[in-house]
Amino acid sequence: MSSKIILEKQQFSITIDRLCYELIERHDNFSNSALIGLQPRGTYFSQRVFKRLVEITSNKNILYGELDIAFYRDDFRRTQDDQIIPSKLDINFTVENKRIVLIDDVLFTGRTIRAALDALTDFGRPAKVELMVLIDRRFGRDLPIQPDYTGIAVDTRANDKVKVEWKENSKQDLALIVTN
Amino acid sequence: MKKSFSQKHLLGIKDLSRDDIELVFETADNFKTVINRPIKKVPSLRDVTVANIFFENSTRTKISFELAQKRLSADVVNFSASASSVSKGETLIDTVKNILSMKVDMVVMRHPSPGACVFLSKHIDASIINAGDGTNEHPTQALLDAYSIREKLGSVKGKKVAIIGDIMHSRVALSNIYCLQKLGAEVMVCGPTTLIPKHIGTLGVKVESDLIKALNWCDVANMLRIQLERQDIKYFPSLREYSMLYGLNKERLDSLKKDIVVMHPGPINRGVEITSDVADSIHSIILDQVENGVAIRMAVMFLLAGRN
Repeated sequence: MSSKIILEKQQFSITIDRLCYELIERHDNFSNSALIGLQPRGTYFSQRVFKRLVEITSNKNILYGELDIAFYRDDFRRTQDDQIIPSKLDINFTVENKRIVLIDDVLFTGRTIRAALDALTDFGRPAKVELMVLIDRRFGRDLPIQPDYTGIAVDTRANDKVKVEWKENSKQDLALIVTN
Repeated sequence: MKKSFSQKHLLGIKDLSRDDIELVFETADNFKTVINRPIKKVPSLRDVTVANIFFENSTRTKISFELAQKRLSADVVNFSASASSVSKGETLIDTVKNILSMKVDMVVMRHPSPGACVFLSKHIDASIINAGDGTNEHPTQALLDAYSIREKLGSVKGKKVAIIGDIMHSRVALSNIYCLQKLGAEVMVCGPTTLIPKHIGTLGVKVESDLIKALNWCDVANMLRIQLERQDIKYFPSLREYSMLYGLNKERLDSLKKDIVVMHPGPINRGVEITSDVADSIHSIILDQVENGVAIRMAVMFLLAGRN
């Protein structure tokens, strides 16, 4: 088993800064926009982005929520992995007619995002939905889904694993590809 | 360690671990959000068919289960014994096997005989949820009761809960005792001595025959219905006398030095175990219990259906 580092240390904050400026470019003062992180793992990333965005813009009114997709997964009763357990869901605003930015850490098959789109539209009809990911695993898609904001794009083989660690849940900020 | 639900069936609270109960509660929190938004439905169980088999009457439990199933997008078939071939002499196993051969994945059953669900679980392959088996258990009621206490008081641990009334004939009482104790609450049963099972103390509950003492002791009073349909002999002289000694009224509630939470599993016999001014007061969480019932049942079915 070997591993290769994709992102580490201050590369995280540089990447997050750049993504924040890309958001500002397209969303102006965020008056009709909202950021939504995907539970369980995407929320470490989305919280960082949200925190940094508030720092940069000094705008305290940016809407932020967290979405759980457990009830919408297409592998319910089909996966041999651990039992699917829901995580906390926290959206205290209406998504109707808002410009939503979905935020997740790794984009691979696109199935999580498919489920998230279903989950999101059960809260209302957004004006627009965009996707931000920290790591885009190209060439692995099962569904026609692409990110609008990408931290870094990597080429991996199907059996590789991409692991992201955060200071909040681990010792350090680190993203790596693990090859068996 | 990853969490998972330990049981294939929900036959009784007795079989559940504390972790199982907490997992049901955490999952129910999510479903409570779901049922309070404009679109109250999720697609999780769209490939699951559930049969609700009721050999005894029910209003709340049956509607609650059916709503829960529909909000999980399951397909539902309903069966009640009075309008079926059971009256022609078909056995329980035959009835259920016939229903299952129509490709049913999950069975919710209420039956007048204690242990009916356990018996069935040994003979068929589908997941079984006990919706009340005679005087034995009513697990989803106990889960929603404890969940409602957790919601109202923040937690169940360390709380004092008095279960008051017809303990002898109540499946709600037994399931509640198991559930509350597993979550770290203290439980007292209170009622006329004729309606308290002789050895109930072996379950580790306090026993009290004086209503006022029980009310002064508790944080939560769960008032049970007198189950006249299960009482083949007279256990007390009259309903009027029962109501005078064990009925909860506003005067008794006001005489306490503290606020207590009042619960009732329904159906209420207004004026017998509880008066209208108490049942409809701010102390009462009876309708919250009903709302939580749907979320709890969604959680139970989601967890059972999603087991590997």
